[in-house]
Amino acid sequence: MSPPGSGETLVPTHCCFCGVQCGMYLRVDRRGKVFGVEPRDHDINRMRLCAKGIEAYQQINHPDRLTSPLLRRTRDEPFRPASWEEALDLTAAEMRRIQDAHGRDAFAVLGGSGLTTEKAYLVGKFARVALGTRHVDHNGSLCTAAAATANHLAFGIDRAANPFSDILLSDCLLIAGANIGDTFPVLTRYLWGARDRGAHLVVVDPRETAVARTADVHVALRPGTDTAFFNAVLHVVDRDGLTDRAFLDAHTTGWEELRKTVAAYPPERAVAVCGIPAEQVERVAALFGAARNAMAWHTRGIEQHPRGADTCLSVINLCAATGNLGRPGAGYGTIAGQGNGQGGREHGQQYDTLPGGRSITDPAHRRATAALWGIEEAELPEAGTPMAEMTGQMRRGEIRGLLGLGNNALVTLPDHSSAQAAYDALDFHVQCDSFLSETAAHAHVVLPVATWAEDEGVMTNAEARVVKHNKAQDPPPGVRTDTWVLCQLALRLGHGDRFAFAGSREVFDELRTATAGAPVDYSGITYERLAETGGIAWPCPSTDHPGTPRLFEDGRTRHPDGAVHLHPVEWREPADPYDDAYPMTFTTGRAAAHYLSDTHQPPNLPRTKGS
Amino acid sequence: MMGRTIFIDPGRCIGCRACVSACRECDSHRGTSLIHLDLSDEGHSAASLPTVCMHCEDPVAPCAEVCPADAILVTPDGVVQQADPTRCIGCSNCVNACPFGVPVVDTRARLQMKCDLCYDRTAHGLAPMCATVCPTGALFYGTLEELRAERPGVRVADSFAFGDVVLRTGVATVVPADKVDWPVPGGLPVVEVNGVDVP
Repeated sequence: MSPPGSGETLVPTHCCFCGVQCGMYLRVDRRGKVFGVEPRDHDINRMRLCAKGIEAYQQINHPDRLTSPLLRRTRDEPFRPASWEEALDLTAAEMRRIQDAHGRDAFAVLGGSGLTTEKAYLVGKFARVALGTRHVDHNGSLCTAAAATANHLAFGIDRAANPFSDILLSDCLLIAGANIGDTFPVLTRYLWGARDRGAHLVVVDPRETAVARTADVHVALRPGTDTAFFNAVLHVVDRDGLTDRAFLDAHTTGWEELRKTVAAYPPERAVAVCGIPAEQVERVAALFGAARNAMAWHTRGIEQHPRGADTCLSVINLCAATGNLGRPGAGYGTIAGQGNGQGGREHGQQYDTLPGGRSITDPAHRRATAALWGIEEAELPEAGTPMAEMTGQMRRGEIRGLLGLGNNALVTLPDHSSAQAAYDALDFHVQCDSFLSETAAHAHVVLPVATWAEDEGVMTNAEARVVKHNKAQDPPPGVRTDTWVLCQLALRLGHGDRFAFAGSREVFDELRTATAGAPVDYSGITYERLAETGGIAWPCPSTDHPGTPRLFEDGRTRHPDGAVHLHPVEWREPADPYDDAYPMTFTTGRAAAHYLSDTHQPPNLPRTKGS
Repeated sequence: MMGRTIFIDPGRCIGCRACVSACRECDSHRGTSLIHLDLSDEGHSAASLPTVCMHCEDPVAPCAEVCPADAILVTPDGVVQQADPTRCIGCSNCVNACPFGVPVVDTRARLQMKCDLCYDRTAHGLAPMCATVCPTGALFYGTLEELRAERPGVRVADSFAFGDVVLRTGVATVVPADKVDWPVPGGLPVVEVNGVDVP
């Protein structure tokens, strides 16, 4: 509590960590510096915060912040501080040199989903227009890509189908591969609010997490066997007549093929494959199939596998076969892990997408985007490659220069030694960060950029709700925003006229225009409306449109035929099966106090890394 | 129990430490967290338990009773305050007297510190920091009626047995409906004294 007359102010904003996007106030002292946090009664979180959110402000004025560009010619030299002029001139010159010698695609850009949506949009535009390279991607492709693929295949749209508040209205909650208690602590209250009303809770997770500990059924299956389990559950649902025939007939395609596939998954098969009792398959089928309104939520636990999209589809199949879509308390969602995990993958910093969720391979989508950017369609690069494949291209010398921002890829990429070799092979690497992360410490040029509280912008949470982050303080002297950096580099590359943005608001206005009529339509969302409403879910095609918190209420998906496309999926043995030589199982986990690769700056949190 | 108080529900605790971080933000002891988060079987179970001051009502505040400097004051509404820094001598008597292990003593400052239910916030009608932010409702602040409205059928206890002594507290604990055992046993059971079994 600030004493009256202290000169302190409260700036309403959202936590930068995780896809829940809890509302919070930052406390700002009379000198204009952020020094604390105060709970905010935003409808997402109703004043609740986890340890990450409470401690987040401590990054802002942390003594380890970078405040000057750092340069070196080779990696065996120490960094020396340099002026922005010198650092940007050198970076632009290296971009030109590498592209002139090795072609436009030899310089790549890697963004991140910790960036605001404005910055994510600008990353894609900078790569395609200022650099003209096909090679742009972001760390979301290490993260939610499998779920995004499944969403597109089944529904033709990539977002959660229901708002968090629907959890409170559900009668049966299926939580798969999601450690809600540690990863999204604030969502726990939604789960238990539903249980207080009598809802059943099913948790599918190899580990006994804090939420699994309290579940009605905790299915502790072997890692990598989820598809076999969900197919077996659907087998029992079908066998016992718990499918919703009317929904299947009216709103789906592919049921007969799917039915044939799951016929081969009796509970005994799940017993053998998953290592769980047959009763659990029967019980989950009975609870989920008989519930008036059932809902499934999953995260990386079932997604980050070879064939992860198949596993997601096996969950979608279960929801669709029981008619659980498009109603209050009935539906499906994947919970984005990163703060802007949803918004970061929507507007063109991904290797195959353009703003508004458009496809870079669709001629009509290409024409629309090229026209907006004032370039010929032929000038717009083709699709690139996902981040994990780009490391191979870096090792082979096909990619020789890299601009990284909003990521710590050297830590988060799988197969660390290959990733290290890839970064070692780069002729030139420039990284933007607020701190000297492992990846920044490996670069030739490091550009110090603002934290989330030092610029305004929007993020889109796991409900596809766009929320507004507000600026609480000026960046420290010597620090600039990513937006300014990209615009300055574009200017030096001869594209200043297409990057004449004074700040986030101008970028957002262009983004709104860019998404009008697109699958991911933000055109009706304005900063003012976000301040009034506390957030608007896309699609929102006009400024009088209330947004779309729940999808499929009219029974239609975004496929041209309006149906849910059911995809029969088979369980396959994991790529590295158990055998006598490798009999042990390792699985990754999360710690509630940490996020992504690097939240160890707040001094009060236990120092663990790599979550 | 007090009219508006904290209800602790260990069954809902996920061990996320939000309460520990939030306590550190309190302006009356900024930088020091006074919440104890215990992992009862670390490495084997995800079970966890937050402990705040229970604000003992009867007998009233053992910590205050044993204080030789009269540093621990109890407000008329039953909140046991942390030690008055102008009086506390850092003797740790309160630490030894507390049956719940709540007070901590900063030995260098020779000052006791403990949860005062965020008196700077509750005096203005706000909830304490820990119960405000608790993501799961393991720490709930309000009246028993408000708790029951949110959680139909909830059972709570505010009496704890330590041997023959039964202690009634201002803060209450949610107990599993099927395991309610009045009063809740506190501390370890005494099984033998000087080699002789105690029935």
